Amino acid sequence: MDNRIIYLDHAATTPVKPEVLEEMLPYFTNKFGNASSIYSIGRESKKAIEEARERVAKASGAMPREIFFTGSGSEADNWAIKGVAYANKAKGNHIITTAIEHHAVLHTCQYLESDGFEVTYLPVDENGLVSPEQVRKAIKPSTTLITIMFANNEIGTIQPIAEIGKIAKEHNIYFHTDAVQAVGNIPINVNELNVDLLSLSAHKFYGPKGVGALYIRKGVKITNFLHGGAQERGRRASTENVAGIVGLGKAIELATNNIEQYNKKLIELRDRTIEEITKKVPFVKLNGDRYKRLPGNVNFSFQFIEGESLLLMLDMKGIAASSGSACTSGSLDPSHVLLAIGLDHETAHGSLRITFGEENTHEDVDYLMEVLPAIVQRLREMSPLYEKVKRGN
Amino acid sequence: MYSEKVMDHFMNPRNVGEIENADGVGEVGNAKCGDIMKIYLKIENDIIKDAKFKTFGCGAAVATSSMATELVIGKTIDEALKITNKAVAEALDGLPPVKMHCSNLAEEGIKAAIEDYLKKTGRLSKECESEVCGRRCDDLHHHLDEEDDD
Repeated sequence: MDNRIIYLDHAATTPVKPEVLEEMLPYFTNKFGNASSIYSIGRESKKAIEEARERVAKASGAMPREIFFTGSGSEADNWAIKGVAYANKAKGNHIITTAIEHHAVLHTCQYLESDGFEVTYLPVDENGLVSPEQVRKAIKPSTTLITIMFANNEIGTIQPIAEIGKIAKEHNIYFHTDAVQAVGNIPINVNELNVDLLSLSAHKFYGPKGVGALYIRKGVKITNFLHGGAQERGRRASTENVAGIVGLGKAIELATNNIEQYNKKLIELRDRTIEEITKKVPFVKLNGDRYKRLPGNVNFSFQFIEGESLLLMLDMKGIAASSGSACTSGSLDPSHVLLAIGLDHETAHGSLRITFGEENTHEDVDYLMEVLPAIVQRLREMSPLYEKVKRGN
Repeated sequence: MYSEKVMDHFMNPRNVGEIENADGVGEVGNAKCGDIMKIYLKIENDIIKDAKFKTFGCGAAVATSSMATELVIGKTIDEALKITNKAVAEALDGLPPVKMHCSNLAEEGIKAAIEDYLKKTGRLSKECESEVCGRRCDDLHHHLDEEDDD
């Protein structure tokens, strides 16, 4: 029995790179100073944070003073959306977003609706794309914020962010993008994209968990989210997670320096997997846009079978992947993203997401293709839905 | 998350398949909810001689289907009708709270197959009398929220 684990769930999280961990470690022990303290080990922590800020700024085309560290990508999304909504309430109460956002955005918008805001959830096409024209048409005099994700975490679809940014700028509306899945995978320049606020999270690009950042363009009117001390130039209270911030800085630098090579490799693995699954397994559907998608993302629906069963069987073979089935989401409904691209419940329940990363190789794809078709077949043989199809033939 | 016994019944399910000319066939659940179970019974003199199943669903749905077929073989239909979802779950060394609803499927599947048998043998009117028919997702899952609080 083969004991290796093939990790194919990099959209969920990634391992911390050894170089990143190495830079972080001293900040847990001898360089433990509080960055707000004036003595030398405090100043050392402060300096490390400012260096990390510069690295994030360099990786995104921002100015260092426009980068604010947070505890996660979700916090960055919450801050951006609630902060802009409340700070600009006198001007208007309308927000535009999409139906396929991460829950950190969707649930934040729903919360705001309960507090008197109006939210437009733009539908997407069958590939998960929203068009700039849809955004333009949704704008009202009361619109103060457009928040649209850069790349979707489930189906990998990449939105036309620059075009939407241009429209937002023309109408003088703030534009936030949840770029948690994009940073480290797609080169990003906040100025070229006309983005006013951008969320990112370190653990998606080989940094540590529990640390993220929000880019806030200079001049954006936004309220504070965490109240307390004067950290982050008085914008975000909390003693800084120095080691985490240092890790984020190192990870984003490594990710952006290596982005072309990394993308090339992931695209190769992705395209090969899409091709082989399409060829070797009948009754499948690729979810998400075939080309406008994240380099490492593969998402298929396998008809007549259920996602959790598929994941359990893959796990027994040492493969870690993910699904949009209800059974894995902990709710009664399958993924809102898969439903929004028009899948029926049954097809959505049978989805499998594979997301490649740094340590994956062609041998991993060989192995996946060795076990996946047989597992799908085995589950289908067990399925009353497949029985009907076989009889129909 | 699952007990060893659940994983065993999921990875090596007993009695998967169909019975030709079955005496009773029951199908419960629907694809929208993400689980469907179809159960086939071979019944002689009101004793269940054989049971087979086909299930579309999660690990717990497959394992409970497998366990339910094991539990009913050799039993009289009266005994089989008394098997509860709780008994099926206990025989599997328990299920995670959010998965308890999957065991309802097994209990209902067996009931539906026996009802089919009773109808075929003229002991039950053609109209379905039990709550099994016309069930919706929420009926099956209606305990989910409370279970989540455990």
